[in-house]
Amino acid sequence: MFEGWDAVVLARAQFAFTMSFHIIFPAFSIGLASYLAVLEALWLWTGREVYINLFNYWLKIFAVAFGMGVVSGIVMSYQFGTNWSAFSDKVGPVIGPLMAYEVLTAFFLEAGFLGVMLFGLKRVGPKLHFLATLMVAIGTLISAFWILSANSWMQTPAGHTINADGQFIAADWLKVIFNPSFPYRLVHMVLAAYLTTALVVGAVGAWHLLRDRHLAGPRVMFSMAMWMATLVAPLQILAGDQHGLNTLEHQPVKIMAMEGHFQSHKDGAPLILFGLPNQSASRVDYAVEVPKLGSVILKHSPDAPMAGLDTVPRENWPPVAIAFWSFRIMVGMGLLMLALGMFSLLMRLQGKLYDSRLLHLFAVAMAPAGFIAVLAGWITTEVGRQPFTVYGLLRTTESASPLAAPAVASSLIAFIIVYFAVFAAGVIYLLRLMAAPPHPGEEGPSHEAPIRTAGITPATQGAPS
Amino acid sequence: MNIAVDLATVWAFIIAFAVFVYVVMDGFDLGLGILFPLFPEKHDRDVIMNSVAPVWDGNETWLVLGGGGLMAAFPLAYAVLMPALYTPMIVMLLGLVFRGVAFEFRWRTTKAQNRWDIAFFGGSLLATLAQGIALGAILQGVHVEGRHYAGGWWDWLTPFSILTGVSLVIGYSLLGATWLVMKTEGELRDRAYHLSWIFLLAMLGAIGAVSIATPFLHVEYTHRWFAWPNVLLTAQVPITVAVITVLLLRSLANKYDYQPFFLALALFALSYAGLGISMYPYIVPQSITIWQAAAPANSQLFMLFGVAVLIPLILGYTAWAYWVFRGKVKPESGYH
Repeated sequence: MFEGWDAVVLARAQFAFTMSFHIIFPAFSIGLASYLAVLEALWLWTGREVYINLFNYWLKIFAVAFGMGVVSGIVMSYQFGTNWSAFSDKVGPVIGPLMAYEVLTAFFLEAGFLGVMLFGLKRVGPKLHFLATLMVAIGTLISAFWILSANSWMQTPAGHTINADGQFIAADWLKVIFNPSFPYRLVHMVLAAYLTTALVVGAVGAWHLLRDRHLAGPRVMFSMAMWMATLVAPLQILAGDQHGLNTLEHQPVKIMAMEGHFQSHKDGAPLILFGLPNQSASRVDYAVEVPKLGSVILKHSPDAPMAGLDTVPRENWPPVAIAFWSFRIMVGMGLLMLALGMFSLLMRLQGKLYDSRLLHLFAVAMAPAGFIAVLAGWITTEVGRQPFTVYGLLRTTESASPLAAPAVASSLIAFIIVYFAVFAAGVIYLLRLMAAPPHPGEEGPSHEAPIRTAGITPATQGAPS
Repeated sequence: MNIAVDLATVWAFIIAFAVFVYVVMDGFDLGLGILFPLFPEKHDRDVIMNSVAPVWDGNETWLVLGGGGLMAAFPLAYAVLMPALYTPMIVMLLGLVFRGVAFEFRWRTTKAQNRWDIAFFGGSLLATLAQGIALGAILQGVHVEGRHYAGGWWDWLTPFSILTGVSLVIGYSLLGATWLVMKTEGELRDRAYHLSWIFLLAMLGAIGAVSIATPFLHVEYTHRWFAWPNVLLTAQVPITVAVITVLLLRSLANKYDYQPFFLALALFALSYAGLGISMYPYIVPQSITIWQAAAPANSQLFMLFGVAVLIPLILGYTAWAYWVFRGKVKPESGYH
């Protein structure tokens, strides 16, 4: 009995660990692929050399990040079977096809055109090459579509029935795919990916501007990134608010955990800013709270009653402290992004975008903010779904593989050692690439000498340079 | 015969096809990693890496389709086999991590390049060995109770699974060597010819050993291969293997560029067909048939639309990507 329980906790730790490592790379590459498509389009359209230099500069970074995303992603596609076999048997008929469509419509598209995007400019010419870049960028977005649909179905299942073997079966595929939380989660995640990338691009630009504010490449990338922060950060806060209201409608217990609402409030719930949730005593210790503001935010009325965890059986409670804190970290990062966006707008209007050292320092400090927010947000939503894998219908304890604890413990340790060794090296290589400023005549990631043979289109032919 | 029965058979072929395309495409790719220590010079290694760098990612996507497709179309088989193959699967995944990142990492450092070359070799070898062992473990059957795997976490380890593991290492090496024959020039190609000879002979030995050992696993397998009139059909497999072997030996002797690789693939296809003859209609041998494991018809049907439209499209643009990078890898490579 104890051993069985232990193996489930270990399997959860393993999934959380491998998933957290994985999500960092797609969050970055979704945004970066779109950014690369924009840079290449601007190069083809305006012919300004700075755009192709920036394109090649970020393409090398993309190649390294994408490789890490691929290998950590293959792990995820097999984790369902190795560690969550009961889940796979029962839920496979519904979310399996969604993931199969992700492979067929997105992964192949990305992988098929990635080689041409990375190494093929001189072989296929600028127009076909742009098509390849566009396909990779679209592939990353299609991938987000399917995987978030599958994840959202686990949060807000819809359009299904259950058969005699206890398997979930789709009754209406459209209802399965477009389940109630999916549109909100998709918008929230794609915006998050764009913001994450913008903050990295902005930080790299700012880093080089701090050394030399006249560098053409860093000026362009910094300006583009700050536009994204200015425009998308407020949008993201709006999208997050709508996502929260959707969660309140479909997963109220998750909101109770995020807000630390152990008690019900008949006439207006407070907003707890900070405090230490104490799950066993059902209270938030040392709470700093604003009366009625919780109801204002969630119900748009100061006296609206709000149910608390005291209305929910204890065995259905998620771990409150984790959801409570990860949510606050995410919101805090979002507010900092908003501040950066507004500050940069102010400096831009005053004509000091490239001169304000304070702005550049702020932007450099914000480099990891997107990753932190993405991780915190995912922890909030996934931990808030506990103790279920399919919300309200299938418990996490009923989802795990019949594995001995030592098997899971060994694999968990192996993943931790390998991931830290491999991905730490990868991050060092990424930072090394970013530490050098983009320069005129920047080369792409091609490992070959330029092809001089007549008959193969050189990069410059047909394209402005 | 109702529609679900037909769908399950169709899907069994689709999954088998995805796994075969994976073996064809990632086989030479992993084989190059296994052969890496035999090419100690940096220049040769750069050429070998460049010959596959633009396509390796697409090759491994077929593995994701195989796994994801199995979960979607035969969830029960996925749920039983993955815990049964727990250790080989984890080892394969970690091996693929090491070799996958090596493609980019080795160009990003001069000091530690050797370390990523070792990661490329070690990761490729481990992933291949684990795949071969997993294959053997599936063939010998796993302990199933109800809808769950009920064996221990070392059940997969037997002399037979070790034999299939080593055999796959040999097979992928042959694919890698013949790929190099096709994609390189000069002294590198001469050595690839030499290696092709060695690994072809080893491969024939491996095919023989696995063929002799398999009927001893289950009386069902013996029956399948040797009972009259089945034997009229099954005998075609070893006969064709003999014919392909002769052609392959001739193409190596004549130093052809393209033939050895494609004939080596034909050998793989025949071995794979033999595997299918042994297993069908079981997806977990002697325990679960494809019909018992099949997802409900509406799940299989929903995906069938996608597969019918998208697989031809995928094969089309994948072929284009190979076409773009066709021909010999230029020896004057090396920007780094």
